Amino acid sequence: MPTLLIQGGRIVDPSQSLDAVGNVLIRDGRIVAVGPDAAADGTVVADEVIDASGLIVTPGLIDMHVHLREPGREEDETIETGAAAAIAGGFTSVACIPNTEPPIDSQAAVEFIHQKAARADACNVFVVACASKNREGKELAEIGQLVEAGAVAFTDDGSPVYDAELMRRVFEYCRMFNKPFLAHEEVLELTAGGVMHEGRVSMVLGLKGMPAAGEEVMIGRDIALAEVTGGWLHVMHLSTAGGVELVRRAKARGIAVTAEATPHHFTLTDECLRHFDSNYKMSPPLRTAADVEAILEGLVDGTIDCIATDHAPHAVEKKMLELDRAPFGILGLETAVGLSITRLIVPGRMDWTRLVAAMSTLPAKILGIDRGTLGIGAIGDVTLIDPTMSWVVDASQFRSKSVNTPFHGWQLTGRAVATIVGGRIKFRLTETAAAS
Amino acid sequence: MTASDHAFAEVPHAWTHRHLLDLERLSADEITLVLDTATAFKDATNGCRTKLSALAGATVVNLFFESSTRTKTSFALAARRLGADVVDFSAAGSSLSKGESFIDTAKNLEAMGIDAVVVRHHTPGTPHLLTQHLGVGVINAGDGPHEHPTQGLLDILSIRERLGSLDGITVGLVGDIAHSRTARSNIWGLTKLGAKVILCGPPTLVSHRWQEFGVEVSHDLDAILPRCNVLNLLRIQFERQNTRPFPSVREYAHLYAMDKQRLRRARPDLVILAPGPINRGVEVTADVADCPQSLILDQVTNGLAVRMAALWLTCGRRATTSPSASQPTGAST
Repeated sequence: MPTLLIQGGRIVDPSQSLDAVGNVLIRDGRIVAVGPDAAADGTVVADEVIDASGLIVTPGLIDMHVHLREPGREEDETIETGAAAAIAGGFTSVACIPNTEPPIDSQAAVEFIHQKAARADACNVFVVACASKNREGKELAEIGQLVEAGAVAFTDDGSPVYDAELMRRVFEYCRMFNKPFLAHEEVLELTAGGVMHEGRVSMVLGLKGMPAAGEEVMIGRDIALAEVTGGWLHVMHLSTAGGVELVRRAKARGIAVTAEATPHHFTLTDECLRHFDSNYKMSPPLRTAADVEAILEGLVDGTIDCIATDHAPHAVEKKMLELDRAPFGILGLETAVGLSITRLIVPGRMDWTRLVAAMSTLPAKILGIDRGTLGIGAIGDVTLIDPTMSWVVDASQFRSKSVNTPFHGWQLTGRAVATIVGGRIKFRLTETAAAS
Repeated sequence: MTASDHAFAEVPHAWTHRHLLDLERLSADEITLVLDTATAFKDATNGCRTKLSALAGATVVNLFFESSTRTKTSFALAARRLGADVVDFSAAGSSLSKGESFIDTAKNLEAMGIDAVVVRHHTPGTPHLLTQHLGVGVINAGDGPHEHPTQGLLDILSIRERLGSLDGITVGLVGDIAHSRTARSNIWGLTKLGAKVILCGPPTLVSHRWQEFGVEVSHDLDAILPRCNVLNLLRIQFERQNTRPFPSVREYAHLYAMDKQRLRRARPDLVILAPGPINRGVEVTADVADCPQSLILDQVTNGLAVRMAALWLTCGRRATTSPSASQPTGAST
């Protein structure tokens, strides 16, 4: 029975309202003791001991919005490289989005992901499956069979479900399984040809804009459909102040709505496009400073439940093109913890309990997975974070297959130093890597 | 070397840029320097008709990814008037059609030993992208709806020649502001030199947001017409629009075309510019385009002068810094 003792760290676990210095003991892949008094009398002899003094010990972090690109676009990322990036970034679990080629809309496709993930043997990979067959937005996918195969949620991400009648059916049908629909909210007529947020910067640069209304109109429609069906709407990558307000009001009215925001949407603005760097091109686009502020407020007050990265790798030859030819997307897995701590914890906007809830407890709840807790008996997924480590992002050191990040060279505070999956240490930041 | 060549032996210290990408980031003094240089070239070449040797031995590549007649020809002639060799590159039939990236194409051209690239591209920012990958001077000859600095400069030079100064005059830019690189270069250049700018067109083509930059926005040409010293009539860029921004050409012309009736209501000394190519009967009627107030043909000559200035300033010989500043004392010991 292998045992792992994580000793003397500050344990932050919102699932059991725990924030105290103590120990976590994992035996046979499960948590057997946790807290200030756990394994404290010195009688426990563990196979392996990690000194966590000065570190934050959290239930394993979960990124519920990751594009692993496999099958179909292995030149950008594979399940193996994506999972390696995840553990290097402190994530013990990711949920992969099904806009692959072919899309994940069958039991066989879900099985393929699970097998590849098992072979990669890094983090847990949960599968989000297509809401519509072949992600075409025409007919319901076989949602019941996909649930049986292990799909944890449904989405046509990359695209909205355009047909309002089909959208209604998805909400109604998913309700039977208590699964959320993860919505990419975009009115395509309003964003056609757009490369960035529509506003004064796009006007000056002569770049085709994507107005905030293009996102908000669709959020409004889906809130109305969630209300009428009793279905569960999860708004992905919320990026506008108006969208935050729509979600806030819907929640106040008791509609089943949850939401996520990405680190780039609470860190960067459309001003970044002034240098025409395609690393700043993503969908939804970077918005204004007022939108960034609204996202931060929404995260702090819980309107936005969680932080997800929308990790979207693109091979360099595809991304480093003229702005209108470059694809949308930005890497997220290996910078999310640093950006979140730097933007939320360091300025004192958010406490650790809320941040861990946003990066672990709540994503687990939304996906309905038995993760996101250090409770006794839980699976031993744990992330150790050095909250004060200062480091410089170096894309050349990324485990991801791609390097499309605008954060290369950024100085960040806070970094995951160990990632433990099922009681096994899958990642430890070496001193040389930390120094680089 | 002739006397006039001697005047253009070294690029003045006041010009510090390697590229000419936009007017937004140039200062008023820098814009004036380009205009003065253009005027000097014009004077030294009998109105851009004779040749100098200021860029003898240099090679300029015209890298055009969008069709162009006048701008491409104007840059080619400007380079030849300065004694440079010119290579014309067009995307059709090149390796780009075999899938080579834009940047690889440019790098290959650079490796052949060139001194400047004049680039036109349908995507905003492409000239900026080039400067990150090439070591040679880059001149933006129009990047999508973003900027067309030499067009802005030649418009401003034409106004300056006619009216003496830009300070305090009112310039109406009429038409498709949304899709016009000429509009953006004009807005920055004119406002920096002290002119008042009024943008005029339907709200689908003129954003009210321009007011945030100290520019007046109007949708009523007849209302602003009496206040304008200059009208610059911009082409409707049908090719850049997803959906039609007005119901019909007929209605657009009714509201915004500069015709004889409107001309009568304008100041008698109104000056009319059009960057061309013009849609006669849409932005301007034929009789107005050819009237005495029209500077349309002056613009063509000034285009040559401004492009000579732009080429020389970006790839002409730089004055070496003074010896005391560049050589550390005691370095030889």
